[in-house]
Order: sequence, then C-alpha cells, then structure tokens
Amino acid sequence: MEKHITLPLTEEIVKTLKAGDTVYLTGTIYTSRDAGHKRMCESLAKGEELPFDPKDATIYYVGPTPAKPGQVIGSAGPTTSGRMDAYAPTMMSVGARGMIGKGARLPEVVEAMKKYTGVYFGAIGGAGALLAKCIKQCELIAYEDLGAEALRKLYVEDMPLFVIIDCEGNNLYESGRAEYLAKK
Amino acid sequence: MREIQVSAITDVVERLCIEANTHLPGDVKCAIETCRACEDGAIAQGVLDKIIENYNIADSENVPICQDTGMACVFLEIGQDVHLVGGDLREAVDEGVRRGYGKGYLRKSVVADPVRRGNTGDNTPAMLYTEIVPGENVKITVGPKGFGSENMSAIRMFKPSAGLQGIKDFILETVELAGPNPCPPMVVGVGIGGTFDKAALLAKKAIMRPLDTHNPDPFYAELEEEMLEKVNALGIGPQGFGGKTTAIGLNIETLPTHIAGMPCAININCHVTRHKTEVL
Repeated sequence: MEKHITLPLTEEIVKTLKAGDTVYLTGTIYTSRDAGHKRMCESLAKGEELPFDPKDATIYYVGPTPAKPGQVIGSAGPTTSGRMDAYAPTMMSVGARGMIGKGARLPEVVEAMKKYTGVYFGAIGGAGALLAKCIKQCELIAYEDLGAEALRKLYVEDMPLFVIIDCEGNNLYESGRAEYLAKK
Repeated sequence: MREIQVSAITDVVERLCIEANTHLPGDVKCAIETCRACEDGAIAQGVLDKIIENYNIADSENVPICQDTGMACVFLEIGQDVHLVGGDLREAVDEGVRRGYGKGYLRKSVVADPVRRGNTGDNTPAMLYTEIVPGENVKITVGPKGFGSENMSAIRMFKPSAGLQGIKDFILETVELAGPNPCPPMVVGVGIGGTFDKAALLAKKAIMRPLDTHNPDPFYAELEEEMLEKVNALGIGPQGFGGKTTAIGLNIETLPTHIAGMPCAININCHVTRHKTEVL
C-alpha cells in the first residue's frame, strides 16, 4: 500500500504500517551513523541528554556528501543499518521509533521494535542524488567534529521509503523474496 | 625514455575522482536498463526506475551518484620507458585525491587508523596499485569503492580437491550472505588463483572490467554466464525486496596458482560500480 505519513512518528502511526508498504515521509528527521550513535549511547549511559528529543523521533542512517554552493545537502542515501544494531535498541528505549537505512537487522533489533513499537524503513541504497531532492532543510545540531557523521536535523518532503520491518516483526526481505520465488 | 611530470598525474587523478563519482559508466547503465526491462514485479521495477532516475540526476546536475564516494582505488600502469619526474609519485596521487574530493564536494570517508579511527579529512591515502608494463604511457584508472558492498566480500583458500564445485558454492554462499546489505543489484567480482593477496586483487580488477565483456577464456566466459544466472535465481532482487535482478554482472579473473592451492576471492560491488580511465 502507498501511504503518506507526516512526522512525528507516533505509536498510532507505526501500528498502521506494514512490511512492504510504500511510504512518503514528510517532517523532521535526524541523521546519525556509526560514530554519532556511539556518542549518543555513551551520553545516555552517563545520564546525559541527547542533542535532540528522541520521543517519536526518526533517525536516518546517512553520511551525506558536502553540499555544493546553492544545495541544501549533498547526495544523501542510506548506509548499511546493521552497523547500528548495537545501538538501535537503546535508542528505541528512550523513545525513538523510526529508523531509515538499508540492509538486514539482527533479531534483537526486531525484538526491540516489537517491544517499543518501532519501524524500520528502507531507502534505496545508492540513490543519494535522488534522495537529496526531498531534503528541504538541513541543520547541523551536534558532533561537528565527526564531519559526514555529524548529527543533522533534516526537514524532508515526501521522502520515498519502503517499510522493511514493521512493529509486528514482518520483514519485506523475507516476504518479498519468498513471494518472488513462489511465483517463479 | 619519455619524461612525465608527476603533477600531470595529480591533475588526471583529481579529474577522474570527480568524474567517476558523478557519471556512471555506460556499460553499467546499459546492464541496469536491460534488467529493468526484464523485471515483472512492481516493487523491483519501482526500485530500478528510481536507480535509473538517480544516475540521470547525477549526470545532469554533476552531483555524486551515491553519498559513499568511496576509498579512491588508483591503478597506475606505468610504461617501462617512462621516467616520472618532478616529485614523489605516491604524494602526487594523494594530492590528486585530496583535490578531487575537495573540489568535487565528495565525502571524506577515510580514517587514519583501522582500530583507533580518526578521519583524515581529505580522503587520502589512495589505495594505490602500480604495475610496470611495456611502452611509454601511463594508464590511470580511478575506481572509488564504497564499503557497504566491500564489507560483504570474502576470500577462501580452497584445497584443489574442492574443484569447480567449491568455487561455484562459494560464490552463491557469499551473495546469499550479502543479501540486501550491498545495495543490490550488485556486481560480483571473482578472483581465482595466484596467492592470497593476488586473488583479492584479481577480484577487485574483475569488478572494474566492463560488464559487456567476458573473460577471454571460453571456459571462464561460460562460468561467468552460468554463475550470473544462478546468482539471479536466488531471488534476492533489487534492494533485497525480491526479484530477478540480484546482480547486473559477474566477472571472473584468474591467475596460475600453486600445486597445493586454489585461492578464491569475491569482491562485491553495488549497482554504483564506478571507474574511469585516462592515458597519459
């Protein structure tokens, strides 16, 4: 099904999303990848606050290229999500619900998604020039020293995504492939 | 003896870094478009359409195709009658990478130490390979390599008794394990023979070989076709969402090897298989 979603990502919205849905996302999301997640989780362990309010937040696993003059952001496609598996349950435990990336997740991440009502969206890997088009605003909010890995706040309009894993644990990587092989 | 200033190599490397990251080679586009025409699932078609739209945007707006603008793999084939003058070759290549990644607004993705990390800030050093060849030219190839796919690569030291079947099983096992992670449709580079290190280099060279070419040895040319078909029968599909197109190409490169061994390396690349060559 095709769905247009406006953020923040409430529990009610997440429950309507099913693996295999095409979703167009509009609203504020945050970027973070390996080094940013490591820092955020270290901050949480020390009882410190995150650079943004994680409640109902969506995190995009991306390290964009630098913006050319006149651009909001450079090319900005997803990075491999599995490298954030060590941190994702912690992020969901403090309220973050949405993850945007590409590639497989570990069972413990899926369990955390069921427990905290989270959703894993896939953006098309390698389509960084196209995905940058739907990013209308970009603001660096923390960890500037990390360069491409710094934390950014983005405003996106109709960002084209697929629901890969929904809050019941259904997985498009499994069902999509099984469906194709069954038809063959 | 022909003299070539290393500064000329810097200029070419700078240009190739930018062009390779912005314009996808024609053979790769052609392979993607051929696969799009064969897909019948709606999601698979939609994904390939977006991938095509993406490289068209990169072409027309001169922006990077993918945000992972890679480690700069630089291959120099240096004619034995060439004398490189005017500075240090290694430094000249790195300066080309530094300028290309700076001026081209490309992402700096290199850390100075594999364990202690720390971004070098300019995407240097290049992964530099030099080879001495006959003649008085220098052939320069830049192949930016993203790591979503590099991470899914594998190498195995087979016993000769494993035979051809061992190689075939290893290719399928590696693609299966890679699954959706390397941004399929992927390009599979297979290096067989040589030593441990040479097999890996052959696999890297295999992904840089145009997808509309075959290994000149008919035995391996047939194996390329057979294994591409088998890889696509896995059904992983574009982005791993299921479909006919798991790989858009599978190239095999080989070398003689030792009586006791049969090394096999598999280098995985994504659909953004970039490389650009210029001869000085």
